[in-house]
Amino acid sequence: MDEIMPSSFAGATPVRVLNRDQKLLQWISSVDHKQIGTMYLLLSILFLVIGGGEALLMRTQLAIPNNHFLSPEAYNQIFTMHGTTMVFLVAMPAIFGFGNYMVPLMIGANDMAFPRLNAFSFWMTLFGGGLLYFSFLAGGAPDAGWFNYAPLNEYNYSSRPGVDYFAIGLLIAGIGSVGGAINFIVTILYYRAKGMKLNQVPLFVWMIFVDSFLILAAFPCLNAALAMIEMDRQFHAHFFNSASGGSALLWQHLFWLFGHPEVYVAMLPSFGIFSEVFQTFSRKPIFSYAIIASSSVAIALLSFGVWVHHMFAVGLGNTVNGFFGAASMLIAIPTGIKVFSWMATMYGGSIRFSIPMMFAIAFLIQFTFGGLTGVLFAIVPIDWQLTDTYFVVAHFHYMFVGGAVFGLFAGLFYWFPKITGKMLDQKLGTWFFWLFTIGFNTTFLIQHVLGLIGMPRRVWTYPDLPGYGVMNFISTLGAFMMGTAALILIVAILKSLRSGVVAGKDPWDGVTLEWYCDPQPGRKNFDKIPLVRSRRPFWDLKHPENPDWKNARS
Amino acid sequence: MNKMMIKMLVFTEVFFFLSLIMAYVYMVYYGDTRSAGEIKSLHISTTGFFTFILLSSSFTFYIAEKNYLKGNVKQLKIWLVITMILGAIFLFGQGNEYYHLIREQITLGASVFGTNFFTLTGFHGFHVFVGLVLLSILLTMSLLGDFNSNQSTVIQTVGIYWHFVDAVWIVVFTVVYVMPRFMDMKT
Repeated sequence: MDEIMPSSFAGATPVRVLNRDQKLLQWISSVDHKQIGTMYLLLSILFLVIGGGEALLMRTQLAIPNNHFLSPEAYNQIFTMHGTTMVFLVAMPAIFGFGNYMVPLMIGANDMAFPRLNAFSFWMTLFGGGLLYFSFLAGGAPDAGWFNYAPLNEYNYSSRPGVDYFAIGLLIAGIGSVGGAINFIVTILYYRAKGMKLNQVPLFVWMIFVDSFLILAAFPCLNAALAMIEMDRQFHAHFFNSASGGSALLWQHLFWLFGHPEVYVAMLPSFGIFSEVFQTFSRKPIFSYAIIASSSVAIALLSFGVWVHHMFAVGLGNTVNGFFGAASMLIAIPTGIKVFSWMATMYGGSIRFSIPMMFAIAFLIQFTFGGLTGVLFAIVPIDWQLTDTYFVVAHFHYMFVGGAVFGLFAGLFYWFPKITGKMLDQKLGTWFFWLFTIGFNTTFLIQHVLGLIGMPRRVWTYPDLPGYGVMNFISTLGAFMMGTAALILIVAILKSLRSGVVAGKDPWDGVTLEWYCDPQPGRKNFDKIPLVRSRRPFWDLKHPENPDWKNARS
Repeated sequence: MNKMMIKMLVFTEVFFFLSLIMAYVYMVYYGDTRSAGEIKSLHISTTGFFTFILLSSSFTFYIAEKNYLKGNVKQLKIWLVITMILGAIFLFGQGNEYYHLIREQITLGASVFGTNFFTLTGFHGFHVFVGLVLLSILLTMSLLGDFNSNQSTVIQTVGIYWHFVDAVWIVVFTVVYVMPRFMDMKT
């Protein structure tokens, strides 16, 4: 397995730690990008446990036919909260957490451009999430799905305050996301180390950069829709009320105009993490940096032209469906290019199968599979056949979990030594990887079959039709394997924090600047920074006899 | 850097207002048949006057900014005050318009037109109000002597926002007040 490489710079500077006298107050009042990043990550883990618990409740209810473990009302609330939590309170904070912590380190900056805006963004996200969950105490959680379709979200159909908490909570969290995205863009544009050109930033930084533009363009559409639904619910406006001249369809357009780009918002940072992981653990430069970078711009632009593929069954007509079907298929091209680039990075490399790399390889397989079922959905008649079945559930979990979340786990194992100074426990980590991967595929692979034979999604129970019972039971078993794996991960984190192997400055033999600064940097990240002359500045430092910029071809 | 930040904010706000304007066009132009009648309650000349006031405030801000760059702090203060007064007059005009519409039973909950009209113009008015808050902060800072050297980018930063809010109003005014006059709306 992997070994900790001694770095030529180890022990050059003493470790400085943050002033810990103020304890909690120091965290609450912090404007330091590393502390805010850590808080984002902790928030993400907290909601991962909650959202995962909700998933286990759902799978318990669905384990056997005609089950009455949960009431239909409770089931509706739980599947709504599961989706909303996972997208807005797990994926987004995790992305912002890694981005906050790593972007300034990777570009050689001492902090984000606007530290107070950064703290503001974090607390908005936290309080938005808190408000969303307060709904459980205030008369019932939202129960109209994470997509919150009109007219289900209207007062007449959902008179409990759940949807109000959904709208206001997400509005507040959304303002936080927009603030964070603005901060990333300005930081990446103005705070790069001397000599680092925009086409030399690490690919993770590049992906966060593109991601931020996606957030800026997508979230206001959701925020406008959320403001409108609150007007409808509180002031009896008519935006989504078809009976009085409004349009329920408008909600779907605005929501998916946000919702589809949001899928890529969750995806792109993971692409970035994998690009770092593949090049570090294959001990080769990334294959075709320029094409990986530019294809993500293509994905970002295309993502605003495909939202109607969530609405093929609405009946917008063959012309519209055909256009958006074709546009959706186009997305497969830039993503396919990325998959080949990562494979080419591994080809001929001296691969170390450390845990981040294992996640990366599992991702390649799962992501390709999920991408193929995605292309199926771009074919309109297939979509008509499969829409609102478990096939859809299986598809987007392969993208969200098998794609995005595997990336976040790879990032966690890759950067844990940077964040905490300790290695994340190798043995427990291996257990976690295998249990989670097997559990994930057990849960969702079989749901493709369930969908094909016609099991609808969003139902709280089902009759004992041939095959339904046994396949659902297998799926539930897989879900509990993932739950166990999550427990192992938490144990691994706690154990590593207390008695993990001390990582040192550069445990993976990295090539980017975050491994150049102190093992656990203090308030100031860099006392001095090398002149950046290539895409692998730390490699250049470690190999003065063979730096990239001397044999540069691009 | 500050200017880039505010440009990104403007970028995201564009999509917010586009969503509201799309909803307005979709529902009021092509949706409810009552809208054509209700739209006649809008007084294009009165609002046109207040539109002129708001656009002038962009111009006065431009003069304020020029004076600041020349180091003329006294003129800066004067033109900032004038800009704020013009912005406040616009908001007064909007309040006056709302008052008359509500007296004619055109409210947020009364019809699709009311829903869209009050939401779209209301969100714009809110942005003008935020602009006034920003301007008053600038004025306070200039009174405290923070702008005695012309090295700060804060004034240009607020300026980008203020001009953007005016630009949004040009689009809103065109869509809400002007275009229906040239359209054959369903009645």
